[in-house]
Amino acid sequence: MSAELAEHVVDEALRAPRALNGRAPDVFRVGGWVPMREYAADEAVDFVIVGTGAGGGTLACRLAELGFSVVALDAGPFFRPLEDFASDETEQTKLYWLDHRIVDGENPITMGGKNSGKAVGGSTVHFAMVSLRFRPEWFRSRSLLGYGADWPLDWREMWDYYTQAERALSISGPLTYPWGPKRPRYPYRPHELNAAALVLAQGAEAQGYRWTATPLATVSAPRNRSPPCVYRGFCRFGCATNAKQSALTVWIPRAIKAGAEIRDLAMAGRIETDARGRVTGVHYHRAQRWQFQKARNVVVAGYAIETPRLLLASASARFPEGLANRSGLVGRYLMTQSNQAVFGRLQREVRWYKGPPSLTISEHWNYEDRKDFFGGYCWMAQGPLPIEWATIQTSSRGLWGADLRREMLDYNHQVGLKMVGEMLPDERNRVTLADEKDQYGLSVARITYSWGENDKHLIHHALDQMQDSLERAGVTHLFRQEDDTNHLAGTARMGFDAATSVVNADCRSWDIPNLWVCDGSVFPTTGGVNPSLTIQAIALRTADRIKELAARGELS
Amino acid sequence: MSAENRYPGYDVLAKREGLSWNDATRRTIDARLSLPRVPRFFTPAQWLTLQALCERIVPQPQDPDPVPLAAMLDARLLSGRTDGFRRAVLPQQDEAWRRGLAALEAEARTRYGGAFHELRAASQDELLRDLQAGRLSHEAWGGMPGNAFFAHRVLPDITSAFYAHPHAWNEMGFGGPASARGYVRMDFDRRDPWEAAEAAPGQERQALRDNHRVR
Repeated sequence: MSAELAEHVVDEALRAPRALNGRAPDVFRVGGWVPMREYAADEAVDFVIVGTGAGGGTLACRLAELGFSVVALDAGPFFRPLEDFASDETEQTKLYWLDHRIVDGENPITMGGKNSGKAVGGSTVHFAMVSLRFRPEWFRSRSLLGYGADWPLDWREMWDYYTQAERALSISGPLTYPWGPKRPRYPYRPHELNAAALVLAQGAEAQGYRWTATPLATVSAPRNRSPPCVYRGFCRFGCATNAKQSALTVWIPRAIKAGAEIRDLAMAGRIETDARGRVTGVHYHRAQRWQFQKARNVVVAGYAIETPRLLLASASARFPEGLANRSGLVGRYLMTQSNQAVFGRLQREVRWYKGPPSLTISEHWNYEDRKDFFGGYCWMAQGPLPIEWATIQTSSRGLWGADLRREMLDYNHQVGLKMVGEMLPDERNRVTLADEKDQYGLSVARITYSWGENDKHLIHHALDQMQDSLERAGVTHLFRQEDDTNHLAGTARMGFDAATSVVNADCRSWDIPNLWVCDGSVFPTTGGVNPSLTIQAIALRTADRIKELAARGELS
Repeated sequence: MSAENRYPGYDVLAKREGLSWNDATRRTIDARLSLPRVPRFFTPAQWLTLQALCERIVPQPQDPDPVPLAAMLDARLLSGRTDGFRRAVLPQQDEAWRRGLAALEAEARTRYGGAFHELRAASQDELLRDLQAGRLSHEAWGGMPGNAFFAHRVLPDITSAFYAHPHAWNEMGFGGPASARGYVRMDFDRRDPWEAAEAAPGQERQALRDNHRVR
């Protein structure tokens, strides 16, 4: 058996494009296909979208449904979850963006599963399905809370788009959500709580904090061709039953049905511009050769590393610093989120591998402003699988040898709380191009990150709070995971003017009117909750705005 | 069998033909269990050092059929699969491993006058503790910080191999693959009949019976 076979035995999707010859995989049917419209390379489509995750997948769907011609490129494969997804941590790393990158700074970001996907559907294929709304004040954090930057978006408008996104994803959530302004009932009932989730509830109640079932994008009852979640617990390694409501199972099938073309294994290398300083299309690598797709508009939706990388790599004589970069802010204000945790042991059996890993949440410290640092955080229940759990033991406690093996035997009695914390935007945290090249011959990204003093204060506060919560729930043998991050944001921030931001509220670049960015890169601040629902809400709004602009003749 | 047997008789592979394994999972695990146990990426000399290193990071002294950690790491490096990034202080993973094993060997010869794999376990551990603490600085490291190599290559790469293996899942009582059956009983102290039964003191025989019924 060859090493390739041993490492990734299910690799047909990675070898050659599947969405070809007028058809694309039907992700809901073994061996099934759906018809797909195709566009000629020299036919200028209304939109080429680079990336098909929470931003690009959602936008491709809505623009196609609004009648625009759309070609969406993704560097990753078009997986068939029912056939391609194993119940295995190692095998499923095939869902991650593992092309080469360099990380540095005082707190280098660990890349891979917790912040990058390489697949049609992007990282929503392996996200933990946590679907939360921002606290309204975060859209005006500079004016109202004294830190970060204001967004050019109104929270009341966002509230409507959040509702649309929650309906489209059939979010399973509580009857009433304990924090923030009123919101409609979640479409599906909350999931049954596992023991790890109940520990969070016990601790929060002992602290006098509210908690709730986490709103999750995995269905608690049948929906179309998605069966209800069966609590496999491999959510972050791809859902093999399609209970998960990802871009791959929700937005992409709708996009194809509405006439969008999806091109898998298509790596964008450069956006072309003309003498007038407008974009004309995208050079991309697919099926062993470089190709070019003409377009009237280009949307970059590659997330906070690949988006600035492509904009910077598309520099030309007219735009020597890269596209949409007159402000010099492309690649700057990169943010991740603090993802520290406290773990410990219970006498009772917990078996935290069962069910979605984050079934309960407390957002108490997102909505409580009596504290001596900026920003907020939430915490959620946890359910790491064996390799991740071993990695937590080695990285947090430096364990190895007999000590490690003995400690791992307590796996079924472990519980923990993990935060998602707001890190402040800092222009020194950034993405630049390195000298090294990747397999396509493109300059790789250098990702530079250092925590600020406020970030450290917030993390320290959260660790103390989570430890207190677990102690009150009777958890013993506590230890802290002090160095972990997840999610990304920033690097093409939206704002109020061309000098201090890259795009406007419509995700349209200030410098080039037919170039757009639609993903987590546009966040000016990152908030204390998982970003995917906000990315999707912004994409829904952007589609509506594009329709309005087109109707007024302001598109091109 | 490990020193402590919490889940007597539990074998996650007994579920291979059952409702918890799909074809993709069977192909994946079958390939992992049939890896060649000879070096293809590493040289014979590196292989000896690596095997000794693996035995210290995840000791398997009592296991009749130890997990072939060195072979799993060798296969991974041969495949070219990476973490997708590297810390600026470390070279690419191939180079980091080659240089790191050579440097460990050089440290052993300098300090003890013998090959790393021929040292007593206590001496090997002493060397590794110094490596972890950043106290080794032989020129063979070539500027690569030993503690970073230990924290970001040695520990995650070797433990990720061990905990990817069904033997490790058995001793932890992990349910293992769950496509597409999943689980039903979610509360404290509840197990589905296809999960590992933990042997509470005095309950070893009941656990053994339960674990033999896991399918």
